[in-house]
Amino acid sequence: MNTHMNRISKVAYLLAIYLFLYMPILVLIVYSFNDSSFSLLWQGFTFRWYESLMQNTDLQIVALHSLLVGFLAATGATGIGTLAAVSLYRYQFFGKKLIHGLIFILIISPDIVTGISLLILFSTLKMSLGFWTLLLSHITFCIPFVTVTVYSRLTGQDKNLFEAAKDLGATEGTIFRRILIPLLWPAICAGWLLSFTLSMDDVIISFFVTGPEFDILPLKIFSMVRVGIKPEINALCSVMFGLTLVIVLVYQLTLGKNNDAI
Amino acid sequence: MKHNTRFRTFSTTLVWMWLGIFVLIPSFLLFATSLLVQGDSELVRLQPTLHNYFRLLDLNYLRVFLRSGLLAGTCTLGCLILGYPFSYLLARMPDRYKGFLLLLVIIPFWTSSLIRSYAIVMILKTHGILNSFLIWVGMIKVPMQFLYTQSATLIGLIYTLLPLMILPLYASIEKLDFRLIDAARDLGARKYQIFFRVLLPLTLPGILAGCILVLLPAMTLFYIPDLLGGAKTILIGNIIQNQFLGARDWPMGATISVALTLLMGMVLFVYWRFYHQHRHEYAYEQN
Repeated sequence: MNTHMNRISKVAYLLAIYLFLYMPILVLIVYSFNDSSFSLLWQGFTFRWYESLMQNTDLQIVALHSLLVGFLAATGATGIGTLAAVSLYRYQFFGKKLIHGLIFILIISPDIVTGISLLILFSTLKMSLGFWTLLLSHITFCIPFVTVTVYSRLTGQDKNLFEAAKDLGATEGTIFRRILIPLLWPAICAGWLLSFTLSMDDVIISFFVTGPEFDILPLKIFSMVRVGIKPEINALCSVMFGLTLVIVLVYQLTLGKNNDAI
Repeated sequence: MKHNTRFRTFSTTLVWMWLGIFVLIPSFLLFATSLLVQGDSELVRLQPTLHNYFRLLDLNYLRVFLRSGLLAGTCTLGCLILGYPFSYLLARMPDRYKGFLLLLVIIPFWTSSLIRSYAIVMILKTHGILNSFLIWVGMIKVPMQFLYTQSATLIGLIYTLLPLMILPLYASIEKLDFRLIDAARDLGARKYQIFFRVLLPLTLPGILAGCILVLLPAMTLFYIPDLLGGAKTILIGNIIQNQFLGARDWPMGATISVALTLLMGMVLFVYWRFYHQHRHEYAYEQN
């Protein structure tokens, strides 16, 4: 009897925490279908807010901006991050320790410090804030996540493979293309997906490095929420949550199993 | 080595240049800016000084650092207290459920924290879910003020950062040899003894990692107090943001950032030392 009660209380605790984690998101999704502008009372089911979201060209442009930057930043960061991991793992070169250090700095320094450091850089270079500054910043802050993911997979590989390839006359470029990329592919994909999500979700760094003519979704949501709550935002946030959910599921089902980086 | 080092040169040069331009130089520029003063017509005036660092000792700044640290510390403690039993129970679940249950923790971790903070706003606002619920139950008659309070900021921070506490805790508890607990029990250890003498020391690395992962962002997530705390609760992040975009005092903003980074570096250093010491002790015990 005692153990039975014990078991119930354990499950109840787990459920309570899950409820805490999911309640707000569920509320958000449920109310994005509520047919009422202000009231919390349930006024009936509607797709109205999703329809008005579809007609809101302003928001669509902003969403496209986010997708574009997310796609390009993830691709750029995956390229550079993978090269960084391979270089750090395979080669001895000038300033290798410093590169290690810089990646470590990128990981530990708070987003806000990364953001303003880049802002100072761009203003020193007299670059006007917008698409390019945003893209360069996003690539930069995504790099360490790719490097760590790819590096952790590299450490599990058999070094003899590379020696064998070299003995058989493969150049470094061939080794990278024909051996490393196929071997590291799951980690590279994982790094890309992680970068894409990070880029799509980032508020703090983007806040400092983009200008008014190139708005992105998280910043738009931020400014909309500050003004007030509209059911349209519920719909928008639900869509973004759905997108994240799909990415996480794809990641977990296809790549997550043989990779311990989250 | 001799032939065809083209790829190698390309790869190392690209990595070097990118990290040099976008990490190394900005870090220097940040530090350099902290040594300048605010200009009248331009953003900064080239006049090296340590003045900004002395300004940090001003009571107002110290108060914010203290309050921000306190709030972040409370948030970390809250996450630990909520997260530890949760991670423990999760780790002791049957294997076939573990993957799915862990996935349920990872999903909010990947979801934009802005969206999740917004969801909290919906629940806490004056005519929000919580107030409606409490009135419906009959616990209160008029809506209470939840939003725009310090507690709301705290709830928002805990909610946002809890997965970051659970994941390392789970990883370290999962590795635990649970036979040790049975052995302790067989040898007559009480529950609190098992916890403090067996469980706690063995999962300390996970606890520390989780605390670091929560504590550091908790000081800088400026949009959470912005959305949930009104203007009443200010984090270090809010001040830096304000110096850059409101007061336009870049040098002071840079100074606070440098101070913040140093503070975090110190926390990490203490963690690192502690961790290594602990690992040695553990190794000795095993021998």
